[in-house]
Amino acid sequence: MALLEGKNLTMIFGGLAALDSVDINIEKGEVLSLIGPNGAGKTTLFNLITGVYSPTKGSISFKQKEIKNLKPYDITRMGIARTFQNIRLFGEMSVLDNVIIGQHCRTRTGVFGAILRTSAVKSEEKKVRDRAMEILNFVGLDREAEEKAKNLPYGKQRRLELARALATDPDLMLLDEPAAGMNPQETNELIGLIDRLNDMGKTVLLIEHDMKLVMGISQRIMVLDYGKKIADGPPEKIRNDEKVIRAYLGERSRKEVRAC
Amino acid sequence: MKRMNYYLQVLTVIGINIILAVSLNLVSGFTGQLSLGHATFMGIGAYTATLLALKLHVPFIPSLIFGAAMAAFFGFIIGVPTLRLKGDYLAIATLGFGEIMKNILLNLKITGGPMGLRGIPKVTNIYIVAAAVVVVIFTLNRIMISRVGKSFIAIREDELAAEAMGINTTNYKILAFTIGAFYAGIAGGLFAFLFRYINPNNFGFMKSIEILCMVVLGGMGNTAGAILGAALLTVLPEFLRSVSPLISQYRMVFYGLLLVVMMIVRPQGLLSNTSFYFRRISVEKNAGKGGR
Amino acid sequence: MFFQQFFAQVMNGLTLGSTYALIALGYTMVYGILELINFAHSEIYMTGAFVGLIMVTVYKLPFAAALLAGMAGSCILGVIIEKIAYRPLRKATRIAPLISAIGVSIFLQNAALLVFGPQARAFPANFSAAALNFGFVQISSLQLLILVISVLLMIGLHLLIHRTKIGQAMRATAQDKETAQLMGIRIDRVISFTFAIGSALGGAAGVLVGVYFNSADPMMGFFPGLKGFVAAVLGGIGNIPGAMVGGLILGLAEVFGAVYMSQYKDAIAFAVLILILLFKPTGLMGRRIQEKV
Repeated sequence: MALLEGKNLTMIFGGLAALDSVDINIEKGEVLSLIGPNGAGKTTLFNLITGVYSPTKGSISFKQKEIKNLKPYDITRMGIARTFQNIRLFGEMSVLDNVIIGQHCRTRTGVFGAILRTSAVKSEEKKVRDRAMEILNFVGLDREAEEKAKNLPYGKQRRLELARALATDPDLMLLDEPAAGMNPQETNELIGLIDRLNDMGKTVLLIEHDMKLVMGISQRIMVLDYGKKIADGPPEKIRNDEKVIRAYLGERSRKEVRAC
Repeated sequence: MKRMNYYLQVLTVIGINIILAVSLNLVSGFTGQLSLGHATFMGIGAYTATLLALKLHVPFIPSLIFGAAMAAFFGFIIGVPTLRLKGDYLAIATLGFGEIMKNILLNLKITGGPMGLRGIPKVTNIYIVAAAVVVVIFTLNRIMISRVGKSFIAIREDELAAEAMGINTTNYKILAFTIGAFYAGIAGGLFAFLFRYINPNNFGFMKSIEILCMVVLGGMGNTAGAILGAALLTVLPEFLRSVSPLISQYRMVFYGLLLVVMMIVRPQGLLSNTSFYFRRISVEKNAGKGGR
Repeated sequence: MFFQQFFAQVMNGLTLGSTYALIALGYTMVYGILELINFAHSEIYMTGAFVGLIMVTVYKLPFAAALLAGMAGSCILGVIIEKIAYRPLRKATRIAPLISAIGVSIFLQNAALLVFGPQARAFPANFSAAALNFGFVQISSLQLLILVISVLLMIGLHLLIHRTKIGQAMRATAQDKETAQLMGIRIDRVISFTFAIGSALGGAAGVLVGVYFNSADPMMGFFPGLKGFVAAVLGGIGNIPGAMVGGLILGLAEVFGAVYMSQYKDAIAFAVLILILLFKPTGLMGRRIQEKV
């Protein structure tokens, strides 16, 4: 049984179909990459899954429950976390607080609890802090815990986004171009990180342009072009898929490739 | 002795204004939702507490608390429809709501219409206000260091990301607004039992703007800043009035200028040395992030 | 008899509504391009009325000249406000320009109070307002004049936006500032121009309302300004035809609502606002606004 199942997903913006009848299945425990040229509809698909948009047509189920009309915060609570292509950290907050906020949906302190600071509240706070440090340790940001998020260098901001998503305790993680703007060494570290996440049992859906990364860690690749799914399969198959090559290189290039 | 009394009176007013400023700061500074009707909640607190004391002979403290609860209730009612949308609507809706309330206060019999309510016993003194300020700031700080307060700031920083972290942003905005109204209601009650006379104009748009000026001057999202702003903007007009009574005519002109100049020259306020929330997004950073 | 009264009320509503529509256009144009509620628009409107008033009372100019002068005065004021109080904050967060706008509004309102005093001044129209008889109904020529001028201004705006190059640039900038800039549109100029046009319409509304009620005072912008904004939201903020329709509906709602509860006349607009926000937050003709992710 698939962990997430999207059927016939269609999203129309002002008459233009950003996504056109796309089916997506994510099996528990796999790393699935979503690739395609710019504007192919990859981020739109992310936004549909995470409840930022509601699809014009189609349905999405997660753990056998329909989530199409749920709000983003409900979906996060159900176990889907995401990072953003254009980093959206809480810039004025500390690195640690960013990760603490990530645990929001797993904690319960309310206004009165906060004012009274009962022992239950204090112990929850300690647990949250410890867990946050653990996660920072995991992504290698423990030494920056007290820094303001906006003061981190770019690569570390990306890693903090990942830490924050991990803090929501998700089953499925959606990573939107996690390697964008990273140097080769940082990218290698990221590959290791995603591998370890996968080993921990996290299912990962990834948008990425870095082919080395995609081919290296994906068990399966799905290709979108102009809002349509044009291929879906293991990396070796995708690498040699005619339609995919055409989408990426264009009609003429394909002929040139053949001519070689 | 007379001098002394005058200073104590000014100090008491400072205390009331501190409560108003820190409570608006919760809504606008920490949570990032601009409210232009904060004085309305003060007014609801003042009228409710006064009517309870005058008509039903309820003792002071319960009147005060019930007044604050009533203000919180109205904060909730106005917050529900408007906070679902982008913050700018809140500004207008709170302004409009304030005018409606003023209209109602002016027309109801029980509130004394434009004449207001007189003969309120003088109960508020510097000790009571000081105690109230301590309680308000203490509870506010507890909220702000908790999961709830962090959620408020997260909403201000990036609403979409906050939702992605599982924060029901609408509910939290309404919560901030309700708590802010509650505190403002306390300030209103204290105000009524200090000046012994209230009328709808005490709680109009101009008072809301005055509170906003305190927060902006001291520094949005900074409790110490709000306290400083409240103290400065209470003392300054008093001082200017002692220099020349004519100057107080220019007070609102000055407030208007203050808001514009602060936003352009020092948006983070007097106290904050870090550029809190109002940071300019530099071009390089924007380019680096590849977003808008 | 009933029909005559009803018709008279409709005319009152349309007259009032057309001035709200003119004000709403200023809000909606600025919001469409900057996503900013220009709080100072109320005072731009008030300034238009005072400039017109001075033309009529001090310089004894005819109404048409006063109208044009009022529009020009508001237009210049609007452009200056944008340059001084909003432009430096264009890259700041949302709340900063909003606070700056409120500051400008408070400043102008109270500066006018100091200069002109709080009392209302008579604003004579300099022409006799006759009642025109159309068989069974009567229309005041003043109402007709206001309606005709409003409609002409709106038609002019429509043509400007859809038939000229600068109008095209405005529409492009409203859609996407960055892309418009890449296409070679000088958005600073487009924004100035938007303020100029929106403010001129606001100034026209100020003069028309001043003449209609034969009065102008420094606080006169407060309620019409708020109501103009409500009209803009009612029609769908950022949507120009929406602002026109919203203004007319609001004017009618207010006139008919006042029949039943006159002391709450000013509250009607806000009740309308809350109702839209609850049930149709995008307004009658607005599109769903989607944040880019």
